[in-house]
Amino acid sequence: MTELSAHLPQFQHGQLTENFPDNHLSNANDTSERRHHDNSERRRNDNPESETNGQPQNNIQQVVEQDEEDEELTLKYGAKHVIMLFVPVTLCMVVVVATIKSVSFYTRKDGQLIYTPFTEETETVGQRALNSILNAAIMISVIIVMTILLVVLYKYRCYKVIHGWLIISSLLLLFFFSFIYLGEVFKTYNVAMDYITVALIIWNFGVVGMICIHWKGPLRLQQAYLIMISALMALVFIKYLPEWTAWLILAVISVYDLVAVLCPKGPLRMLVETAQERNETLFPALIYSSTMIWLVNMAEEDPEAQRKASKNSTYDKQAPANQTQNEDAEADDGGFSQEWQQQRDNRIGPIESTPESRAAVQALPRNSQTSEDPEERGVKLGLGDFIFYSVLVGKASATASGDWNTTLACFVAILIGLCLTLLLLAIFKKALPALPISITFGLVFYFATDNLVQPFMDQLAFHQFYI
Amino acid sequence: PALGLFLFTIARDPLRIIILIAGAFFWLVSLLLSSLIWFIAVKASDPRDQPLQKGLLIFGVMFSVLLQEAFRFLYYKLLRKAIEGLVALSEDGCSPISIQQMAYVAGVGFGLMSGAFSMINLLADALGPGTVGIHGDSQLYFLTSAFMTMVLIFLHTFWGILFFHGCEHRRWWEITAVVVMHLAVSGSTFCNPLYVGSLVPSYLLMAAAAAWAYLLSGGSAQNLRRFLLCKS
Repeated sequence: MTELSAHLPQFQHGQLTENFPDNHLSNANDTSERRHHDNSERRRNDNPESETNGQPQNNIQQVVEQDEEDEELTLKYGAKHVIMLFVPVTLCMVVVVATIKSVSFYTRKDGQLIYTPFTEETETVGQRALNSILNAAIMISVIIVMTILLVVLYKYRCYKVIHGWLIISSLLLLFFFSFIYLGEVFKTYNVAMDYITVALIIWNFGVVGMICIHWKGPLRLQQAYLIMISALMALVFIKYLPEWTAWLILAVISVYDLVAVLCPKGPLRMLVETAQERNETLFPALIYSSTMIWLVNMAEEDPEAQRKASKNSTYDKQAPANQTQNEDAEADDGGFSQEWQQQRDNRIGPIESTPESRAAVQALPRNSQTSEDPEERGVKLGLGDFIFYSVLVGKASATASGDWNTTLACFVAILIGLCLTLLLLAIFKKALPALPISITFGLVFYFATDNLVQPFMDQLAFHQFYI
Repeated sequence: PALGLFLFTIARDPLRIIILIAGAFFWLVSLLLSSLIWFIAVKASDPRDQPLQKGLLIFGVMFSVLLQEAFRFLYYKLLRKAIEGLVALSEDGCSPISIQQMAYVAGVGFGLMSGAFSMINLLADALGPGTVGIHGDSQLYFLTSAFMTMVLIFLHTFWGILFFHGCEHRRWWEITAVVVMHLAVSGSTFCNPLYVGSLVPSYLLMAAAAAWAYLLSGGSAQNLRRFLLCKS
């Protein structure tokens, strides 16, 4: 499931820089004392684990001292990171909504996916409900099976299979779907285009995308590609999922997310723990990262990495090591290579990719470098989260009677849910499912706005009353 | 103009953005609850009775105003707690954002959301072809809607400042003044489409609220003059 990264602190060098950025995460629900206690306890528990993970030995005293400071750090720049996640989520949603509103292709019913075989155009309401429940059940079981498959592959170290799978899926997404998208946009705006130009455009787009996502590339470009891919996937979902099925799937997915990440036997949790045991990057997963803690030789493109490089010379030796993929994780590298890996985005096909995105788990033990350079710590959000948020907002804008009001309401609800989730992340400091809270809010607001607020606002606007 | 406010003053600081979105969220929830009440009332009543419907609508509006203010109060409480948390976190013992700034941002949040909800469907419909007021309604519908929305957004901003200030200093009369003003503005819209009755008082009230908020925030006539004349 798409999760947010946890800021598990690892203290390697004994210093924490005091460059606190000026932003704080408002932690309105806890008193600071309680937070301190919780976190210090957790930290002390974490420390033995971190040592068995191969992290360098930490001084317990250092830990205790740095407990409070580090926790402050985490919460401090929380606000900045929330915004760093707001922006891409907003962008993705904007793209999806704009497309839905303008390109009619995505709202036409052109059939359904094979994964949702039951149609929703039935005579009775009961039949429709039954069909949609069955559809949702099939979809969810597909996702569960895929996730378990992924975990099994990962456990038995079949990395090649996973890599291959992900590469194929991202190929398909980048080329095929964007081709369709471009075609539809051209059709909508009645732009004449010849095949050669299209081929050139798509080829360039796709190749640059593959490079950016799977290999190296400027951070902004990579983020942009990830956003575009999420938007494309969301559009596919919106088009091919019938109504009730879509809402049901959203609801069930958030429950599944919750279960899979938090239950001790959940597949995603096992994935996380396995990765942590092996002290390697989770796996080429579908993660959006707000900062790229990059290889130092890319420093000129990434001012953050540059600052990092200038800070401590020991970073340099880790940077080249990070070029290799998984296993060379000392504690310091753990952060680098994991985050680097997490830039990958892979998708197979329309549905098979979902389980991957579901399985895009994220639990990064934060390395000490990041703790030394607090503003560089990025937050990570799985791409599946992007997709489902956009699906919710897109469906709202496509099918709601309240139209823009509903869309806006869902948008705000999702953002608030994201805020709350990040808050919880800052408190609990471990991988958390990002879906449930936001999707719950979004669904509640969608149905409420559509059915309750809409008539009210209509009447008000008709009489031109203002509240 | 509200968007300009947003861009220039809020978009820089992430914390303000969060407060803004949270403010919008609170407004939304209040709207939800009030429309729920209205909806129940409508369903329970006779749909064919026009004056009754209108009366119910008026009742709904009033109730919604009260709910909005109640939620503003709740939001104030939440922000108070947040400030305590922030102060505890900051290294120099004082919060990175003052309660007045929060008041301002919260007000803008409320305002933006209410404005968006009021205007956006209108705007979307306005994109298509059509004639305004073809059925004998006023032809100035869009224009007045735009102005009304703008004045409402500004008013929400000012009310936010006044309200928080009143809560801070425990001056209940300030709070009641805000509520009364809100009710008055909403009430004045009831005499639409006689636009004189609604727009003019609203603008007057807005000017009054603006001056009041400005004074509360520490401005003065002297400051204003210096600012306008670009003296240092």
